[in-house]
Amino acid sequence: MMICRKASRAALGLVAVTLLLACCGGERGVQPHVTPPFPARLSAWRLFTGKPAGLHPNHGVVPYDLNTPLFSDYADKFRFVWMPPGTSAAYRPDGVFDFPVGTILSKTFAFRTEPNSPDRLIETRLLVHAKSGWVGLPYVWNRAETEATLDVAADPVPVRFVDDSGHEHSTNYIIPNSNQCKECHAQYKVMAPLGPKARNLNKTYAYADGAANELVFWTRIGYLKGSPDPSAAPRAAVWNDPSSGTLEARARTYLDLNCGTCHRPGGAAATSALYLDLASSSEENLGVCKPPVAAGRASGDLLFDVVPGRPEESILVRRMESTEPKVMMPEIARTLPHGEGIELVRAWIASLRGACVAAAPPGAHRQSVQADPHAARPGFGEPMRENMVAKLGP
Amino acid sequence: MNLSRTLKASSLLIGLGVAGLMLASIACGNHAGGIDLGVFRSRHKAASAADAEFTKHLQEQLILATPGAVIDLPEGRFHVDRVLSLTVDNVTLRGQGMDKTVLSFKGQTSGSAGLLVTANGFAVEDIGFEDMAGDGVKVNGATGVTFRRVRAEWTAGAKSSNGGYGLYPVQCKNVLIEDSVVKGAADAGIYVGQSRDIVVRRNRVEQNVAGIEIENSQHADVYENTATRNTGGILVFNIPDLPVKDGQYARVFRNQIYANNAANFGSPASMVSKVPPGTGLMIMATKHIEVFGNTIKDNRTGNMMLVSFYATEEPIHDAGYNPYESAIFVHDNAMSGGGTDPGTLKVKALALALGKPLPDILYDGIVDPQMKGASGGLAGDDRICIQNNVGATFLNFDAAGNYRHPDRSLEPHACAFAPLEAVSLPDTTPAPGGGASANGNE
Repeated sequence: MMICRKASRAALGLVAVTLLLACCGGERGVQPHVTPPFPARLSAWRLFTGKPAGLHPNHGVVPYDLNTPLFSDYADKFRFVWMPPGTSAAYRPDGVFDFPVGTILSKTFAFRTEPNSPDRLIETRLLVHAKSGWVGLPYVWNRAETEATLDVAADPVPVRFVDDSGHEHSTNYIIPNSNQCKECHAQYKVMAPLGPKARNLNKTYAYADGAANELVFWTRIGYLKGSPDPSAAPRAAVWNDPSSGTLEARARTYLDLNCGTCHRPGGAAATSALYLDLASSSEENLGVCKPPVAAGRASGDLLFDVVPGRPEESILVRRMESTEPKVMMPEIARTLPHGEGIELVRAWIASLRGACVAAAPPGAHRQSVQADPHAARPGFGEPMRENMVAKLGP
Repeated sequence: MNLSRTLKASSLLIGLGVAGLMLASIACGNHAGGIDLGVFRSRHKAASAADAEFTKHLQEQLILATPGAVIDLPEGRFHVDRVLSLTVDNVTLRGQGMDKTVLSFKGQTSGSAGLLVTANGFAVEDIGFEDMAGDGVKVNGATGVTFRRVRAEWTAGAKSSNGGYGLYPVQCKNVLIEDSVVKGAADAGIYVGQSRDIVVRRNRVEQNVAGIEIENSQHADVYENTATRNTGGILVFNIPDLPVKDGQYARVFRNQIYANNAANFGSPASMVSKVPPGTGLMIMATKHIEVFGNTIKDNRTGNMMLVSFYATEEPIHDAGYNPYESAIFVHDNAMSGGGTDPGTLKVKALALALGKPLPDILYDGIVDPQMKGASGGLAGDDRICIQNNVGATFLNFDAAGNYRHPDRSLEPHACAFAPLEAVSLPDTTPAPGGGASANGNE
């Protein structure tokens, strides 16, 4: 995967750094900030050393990635974690780890403008565990890639790039503003990281000093306490690796990461009662035969979120395919459709069995509704074409 | 266009450095140039530089605001190409008038609303929001929401491509929407959903599918509004498949609800697409409702409908949902001129059988089996009480009995309930008393 290219470059730095850490106690180490004001420049955190665009990690800055990531317009992402010396995160089997105050999670978004060109850095998002809670800080890289500057409401950036398959794309890449961090990261209005959960980190990462399971590596360097052996920890499927899980497991994981951050209890989309996170889904919550609540025209004349066996009739697919602002899902974090992800979800819906029972849309024939004795009761909607005059009598 | 004022306010806030970020360094600096990748120029038509500047600074102000802040917007017309958002509690966003300070979202390139608020104690005043790609102003999960003299409008009129909701508080508490105007919403102009303690007053709603909709909410006062030229004027609904159910307790009074005869341009999947064109006031599947002092006229299907969820002909999968209506008191309204040209086949059929115009108040007669009294109808405190409505005729169209025994008699409904309590919001004068009329006893 292309993501590894720069990350492994970064990991090379890590080896040197961890060696240094052992000997020198982190002089000119990372500069954490746990209370406002937060630095206006990314360099002030000293997460990286050397040429800024190289993202060479400083002492204790550890690269990581996830089994299945959020799709962000095909951006390459470089993730790093840092914790204050002597602190560690507490393992949790389901949710995100319990990170100590001072933790910095750094995610840099970048694009390749040519198939083999270096990545061009666009933005670095820091998620900082401040004393008051987690804070999202979006830093935008300058053209020369010498510095990134805090910009809480950045303008979109026009980009043209090639994806891993060599396909060319162009778009106005949207850098989420710091409020939009919360749209995904807040649950019941409390900000938290999303990625670093056991199931997402239970994978092998090619560290420069050898490949290791991320849970094992974090434990080894003191960043994680209480983790069981990886074989006993949950492991999310890799959305595009059939050997990692069943079609359902991969599709559900994809939905969890791409939709379930808002579509979960307490999430931004909880008002819809459509839950797509792995933790809280039932068939109805997952949208199977669920009529939309507030989708309006975004439902595109379709009647249910997910129609078993019929991806083309499923609002879920339609909204993943769209790039219209009011139709597209997710609402933020992408401007392009993720063709490969859509194919996965389509295949999963196609594999589902069953049928949805509904009143037919205007002009169509009404399907029979027998299961619910009340449902066949007449109302005054358009769909019913019976001859009411005869029934009314004098 | 008075941008300098905005910039000044922004600088002030930033200078205070209070929002938790290191503000001085990001203040108003023109770092847009710094992120020009030079890869290629946007193929999207950019907003004018001044509009782009305005948008960026307004969003910065919304992010950097401190609790208690008032963000004043100057008079002028500003093109905003992306969703704005607010997460800071107790912020007021104030313009110079709903026709003087206008945020136009025409051609919006990102976001499913004009303004998205997830903060308590939010107020927006004297601003016009136009042509959003999706909803107008959505407020999600807040305690304390005020819309005052706000306009949300899709300027091309009633079009199915318009956004769904104009003013859209959902899962909120203490909601006040007053003296506002909404036009062109493809779902509901003013939509209050899954909320409690709500006052919607003195608004004007036109050319929406639903003018005002109170859905799955408790304790709402809807009064002195004008609803006209919508598909349906005012709706009080309780529907299934939502996390918050049990909508109940609403007073709908002293509203002008007339000539809501527009074609239904709602999405087929939306609940409001079931509303027949020509609906004045529709009460569906809810209870503890008091309707009084309204003038309801010239709505061509029916001035008023009292129905169960079965009227939608949708199946119900939600086990925790009660689809029936009960405990409704309709009194001292004036109704006229309705039912002349029913807007859906079934109601047309009714009209053919009964003759036009259809009566003013149409009741489906579907009764919760658990509430059925000796007469087969609702009994005691569960009844549908209807009295003293000037000019109003009535029909129980007996949907329960497959329309076999339509009944025009109001005799089974000659009853009254004690007036419902006025909704009281903090810092807001409650509605002047109305309640049951002097002769509201059985």
